[in-house]
This record gives sequence, C-alpha cells and structure tokens, in this order.
Amino acid sequence: MSTITIDGIEVPFEAGQTIMDAALAADIYIPHLCHKPGLSPHGSCKLCTVDVDGRAVSACTLPAAEGQKIENNTPALNEVRKTITQMLFVEGNHLCPSCEKTGDCTLQAVGYHLGMLDGHFPQFYPRRTVDASHPTLVLDRDRCIMCELCVRASREIDGKDVFAISGRGTDRQLIVNSPTGKLADSDIETDDLAAHICPVGAILIKDHGYEVPIGRRTFDLHSVAETDLGEVKLTKVRHHDE
Amino acid sequence: MTSPYQLNQVDHLLHVLFDEQQKSLHISNEAITTIAAQLKLPRAQVESVVDFYSFFHRTPRGRFDIMFSNCTSCGDLKLMQQLCERLQVKPDKTRADGLVSIGHTSCIGMCDHGVSLLVNGITLTSISAQQIDQMAELIEAETALSDWPAGWFRVGNNIRKEGLLLASSFEPGAALKAMAGRNADALLEEITASGLKGRGGAGFGTGMKWKFCREAQSDTRYVVCNADEGEPGTFKDRILLNSHADTVFEGMTICGSIIGAKQGYLYLRGEYRYMLAALENTLQQRRQSGLLGNNILGLGFDFDIHIVIGAGAYICGEESALIESIEEKPGIPRIRPPFPVTQGLWGQPTVVNNVETLVAAARIVLHGHHWFESSGTWQSKGSKLLSVSGDCARPGIYEYAFGITVNEILNDAGAEHVQAVQIGGPAGRLIPADHFEHRIAFEDLATGGSFMIFDHSRDLLEVIHNFARFFAHESCGFCTPCRVGTTLLKNGMDKICNGHGTAHDVDELSRTAALVSRRSHCGLGMTAPNPIRDGVKYFPELFEARLLHKEMEPEFNLDASLEEARNLTHRNDAEAHL
Repeated sequence: MSTITIDGIEVPFEAGQTIMDAALAADIYIPHLCHKPGLSPHGSCKLCTVDVDGRAVSACTLPAAEGQKIENNTPALNEVRKTITQMLFVEGNHLCPSCEKTGDCTLQAVGYHLGMLDGHFPQFYPRRTVDASHPTLVLDRDRCIMCELCVRASREIDGKDVFAISGRGTDRQLIVNSPTGKLADSDIETDDLAAHICPVGAILIKDHGYEVPIGRRTFDLHSVAETDLGEVKLTKVRHHDE
Repeated sequence: MTSPYQLNQVDHLLHVLFDEQQKSLHISNEAITTIAAQLKLPRAQVESVVDFYSFFHRTPRGRFDIMFSNCTSCGDLKLMQQLCERLQVKPDKTRADGLVSIGHTSCIGMCDHGVSLLVNGITLTSISAQQIDQMAELIEAETALSDWPAGWFRVGNNIRKEGLLLASSFEPGAALKAMAGRNADALLEEITASGLKGRGGAGFGTGMKWKFCREAQSDTRYVVCNADEGEPGTFKDRILLNSHADTVFEGMTICGSIIGAKQGYLYLRGEYRYMLAALENTLQQRRQSGLLGNNILGLGFDFDIHIVIGAGAYICGEESALIESIEEKPGIPRIRPPFPVTQGLWGQPTVVNNVETLVAAARIVLHGHHWFESSGTWQSKGSKLLSVSGDCARPGIYEYAFGITVNEILNDAGAEHVQAVQIGGPAGRLIPADHFEHRIAFEDLATGGSFMIFDHSRDLLEVIHNFARFFAHESCGFCTPCRVGTTLLKNGMDKICNGHGTAHDVDELSRTAALVSRRSHCGLGMTAPNPIRDGVKYFPELFEARLLHKEMEPEFNLDASLEEARNLTHRNDAEAHL
C-alpha cells in the first residue's frame, strides 16, 4: 500500500485521497475550517497549511503521493495557523460572549486548540448586514469567515444554489441567490445541510437559543482535534430541529 | 465537465454588464435580475461578478466617469484632486446633478505617457495641470467625448530599441504558410528546441506546455492569449496588440493547430478597450484572407478567435483566474493541480500564453529555432520586451537580448541618480544601486517586462506604500492570508508613512509579510509582500527615518477617530481636537 509520512508517522492512502483525507482516516488532526468530508475541497482558509518536502501546501486540496514527507503538528506551523486564526477573528465582528454559537463554534475551538489568547492585530470593524427575513433562519454576516461550506453544501448536498460569495478582498460577503437577495425569498429549508453547516454563528436556526448551557457545549467538552467530532456535531445540530 | 458550450461574444456576461454600466451608469438590482434571466445564469453569479470587477458599480456614476491611474508611473492623484476641486466633487462621489464622478484605478498601462486616465472607459494620456482646467470646462459644458481634442486620446508606441521581435516586419499569414509540409510533431519540436519560455514572468517552457496540452485526453481544447497586462509598469503587450496583432493571432492559430484546438480566446484587459475595434477589424481581415475559419490556407485545420474584455481586476492575469473570468465568474484562482493544460477552460485542456510568447512562437515557426536561440543566455533564449518607465529621459519599449544588465538599460533610458529599480512590477523585486550589474534573465532577474525607475528625488517609502495599497485593493479575497494579510500590510505602511510607526511595527510588517508570501493560495499573495520585504532588506534606513523612537505607539488614533463626531456636530475648533 502507498504511504505518506506525517510528522514521522507512516500513513497509508488510496489513489484519489488528499493529504487531509489520509490524515483524518488515520485519526491525525490537521487544523481546518473550510473543509468538511463529503464536500469538495476548497483550500481557502489555509489553516491546513502543511510543509511537504519543504513546500507550503494546503492539505485539503493536495493529492497524497507516494513518499511525501509532511510536517504538520510543529510549533512553527501551529504559530502560522494561530496567526491565520487571528486574521479571521479581526477581519470580522466576533463577540464570543454574546454569540449563541459560543462553545459550538469551530473558529473559537481552533483558537483554543492553538493557544490563541488575543486577536493580536487591530480590529477591522467591518460594517456588515444581518438578514433576519427568513422565518426559521438568520444570517449574521458579522461572523462569516468566507469558508463557503454553506455554498458547497447547498449546491452539492441539498441540490440547490442558495449561497454565493460576492465582492473582492476584504469586501467579500456572503450573498443569497434569490430575486431580492433575501433569505426569505430563497428556496432554503430548515432541514437543508446548508442551514446547519456553518462552523461559526453566521447561519443560525431561530427560536433555539441557549438550549444547551454554556459549559456543556461541544467544545466545552471536546477538543476540536478529536477527528470523529464532525459526526458528533451533525447529530447534535439535527437534534435542534426535531 | 465536458461542455461543448461556445461562447457568444455579444452575450458574454462581462460585455453585457459593460453595456449596462454605460447605458444606466450603474448596475441596479433590477438589472442584475434581468441580465441573469436573459443569460440564464444564477442571479447570485451575476451579482458576484458585478461586485468583483472594479469597473462595475452598484450606485450611479457620473455621465462623465473619470478614473485616474494611481500607478507610480502613469498616475498623479494631485491632478485628480485638482479636477475634483475644479468640478466641486469629492473622489468616488457622484456630483448631485449626475454630471461627473471622479475616482482612481490601478495602473492603466500608459506608464510611458505620464499621467493618464480613463473617461467612460476610454484612455486619455499625457495630462498636464493646464489640461485639467480645460477638461473641467468640457465636462461642465457636457461636450461629447468625440468633440474633445483628438490629440488627448493619442497613444503612441514609444519603441526606443528594437530587437529580435520588433525589428523585422511580418506579413500576415507568413508563419502559417511556413507550416506547410511540417507536421505537428516537427512544429512542436521547433518550438521546444528554441528554448522559448513564457514571457509573463513565470518562465514555463512553451514547447512543454503545448506538448502537455496536446497529450491530455480530450476531444476539445482551447488556446487562450493572456492580454490582461495588469502588472503596474507594464505596457509592452499594448504595443504588440497595437502594431503586431497579426503576429499575436497567428501565434494563437499555430498553437491551435499543434495542440488540436479549434477555438481561441484573447482576454483583453478592460483598460485596453480603446484597441478593441482595431483588434476586431484585424480578426475580420484574417477571416476574409482565409487565415482564420475553416480549412485555414488549405492546411486542413479550423480555428477562430473571440475577444473577451475584462473589467478591472489585476488577479485575472493569473491564468486560472483568467479562465474563470472567461467563464463569466469572478476571477478567483483555481486549486492547482489540475493545471489548465489538462483541465482549463470549461474543464478542457487549455494553453494560456502571454501575448509576447505567442508573438515569439509565430516568429520561431517562420524563422526556425536557430534564429531565436542565437540570442540570449544559456537558460534564457531570445529577447525580452521591457516597459521602461519612471524617472528617466526616455521611457518606452526596449527590446534586448536576455542577459542585459540593469545598468546598461538605465544608460539607454537616460536615467540619472537612480535610487532603486522595481523589476517585474510590484510583484517583482525592488533592487538598490549595488544590484545594478545583475542581468535580466530567468536565472537572475526574471521579469514579465515592467522596469520602473526611481531616482533620489522619490520618496521610496511612499512608492512601497502605493504598492501595498495596490495589492490590498487587488487581492481577490479567496484565501485568508492574502485577503486579510494584504490589508494588514497596507495598514502597517499607513501607520509608518503617517509618522506613527515604531520599530515594533516594522517587525510586525516583516512577520506578516513572510506569512503572506509563504501561505497564500496563488501568485498574487505570494508576491504581494515583495516590495515591503525588499524595502526592509535593502532600504532599512528609509523605514528607520520615519519611525517614532519609543516603545509603543497605539494603533488607535483617538484624534482621527473623533473625525466622524466632528463632522456630525459641524465642529472643527481647537476644543474638538485632542
């Protein structure tokens, strides 16, 4: 069987797998935000940046190839990832203590995992809009990290095309594919994966606030580095709708 | 992804949006809905394209919409300010009567012409302070652009030195005729043997690129000419498209016949729209002469070319972003691999070549590889067109055999007291005087052709600041390091240039720059920090001289932050300041 080496550990892979696929299958955590098994890889958040034979690449998009020597969990790379996480925090408006998603937020959990204690950079304080038009969903762009998980979930799993990213540079924003640009006029439904996949609190289900007390939420009890966590989270989210 | 879709130029989203912008002076929500329905595209795709490209606007611009270049070579925002004051309008705000709006845009490729601008998308060059007053009068009188002095719109070639490509004339069809009796393998071997490498800057072997594309499994292939010449300080493709368009199209046609493509696209930057009519005319003449279309010159192959025009996005010079743009999407660089040679336009194998590369390829087929490889160095065959601009007596196009030193070029251009040269544009290298014996070559100073000269009268820190603003504006925003990092770098340069920086801020800049260079998704992010990194490395004294010598200066400028409150209360007295 073909293998790659991640931090000195031999990891098997099958043809067609990325470095991320192979790592997750072997229970090796590579930090990531824009990646979700089952959706096409994106490579935009760059948290999964690893060094392959000295070259910086995204683990979620680069196909695994025989003999690759990969550095992943090193102090230098985790410092880079911490800086990238800080960049994501300061470019948006992330007010964790008052956010319903706190404790269940993957951005926050990655921050915990990487030992991030502050935003480091000056805040950008962007002005972004909220879309509360939908009866059961709310879109709070202040918290959006442009991972496009909802964009891909809608297209690839839900068979719809509800979301897109518009604009350029720091003016990028999540938009809704509807005649008015409002969520209420789109064909999104509460059961769609796109309504639940947001790793932060940008897309939330209405009328289900604070059901699980702070201190008992996903990342209060688990580390983001537990590689089977995706399943745990999706089960938990489904519970909200029942 | 096998789409037999053939793009109709008239219905291309970018072209439809341009027409709407010209007609309605903006793209309204209703227009987005209508255009989406008309072109059968998702509404969100149309909206994201409108918001991505700089030349489309969601709020109305003036009937005279003026964009000054903000390039260090073809821009001068003092003249923009002068015109704003003369017409009583604030930058980027449309005047209440809807007559005029004035703003600025990234380099428009007129660096050999002094201060230049776009008015309703058309290029106007060599502007002086006196002209600004005259322009203001023409605008106030609502004089149609066709009645403005014709000389204002003149764009010259300014060829200062001719070499391998520019010196000899080219008869349309000559290279195609030279193909007769030679099969594709022999022609490919000719290109490969010449040692021709891509002229966009990256320097990938042209013969190898064509070979990969030819060998990729598919029934459909495409040839794309990258004429999105957006690197500040570069204008050599402008000259080639203006005076050697036949050679460019012939290079595309030859490539098509070798790789087995029937369709080519020329992606022209929006700033070069003024050349569109002439280029279309050349294409039409070639069709009439049997140099495009079915069974070209009886050689047994079909090929035609469409032109797609960009709308103000530097990133579209990146080949996969350019392909996305031709596919009517925002110019977001794709994940690589796969590379365009195997999965490019509509998922089909695609060759993307620079204008100059295609000109050289056509000439190589005509004259043979020996003619080409006899010039240049052992790793850089042939010649390079350089766009020389900035502080020199003779800005313009210089064609040299590879291996020329920076000093020789500076002498030819009549540059004196040179402080630094920016080789390859802001994405290239900023070099100090003790590097001027280095040579233009892939193995030494690689360049797409931009050569910007800064003498000792220039505030070099302000030049670096300009480049930092450029990249923050042009980052597509797809990946975190470049989206956030280029803005952090700009903000850091703002702070230092405004006299609020400390040694700590320079360290922070260096740390962020290193991360953005190494961890970004594409070449834009990887090269965006170059001016700052070279500046800190070669000109540390310039940063040092501007720094406050104290431990820490807060990011938060309290007095500046009170500006909004002062505006709201209509106060500007001493008590309202700290």
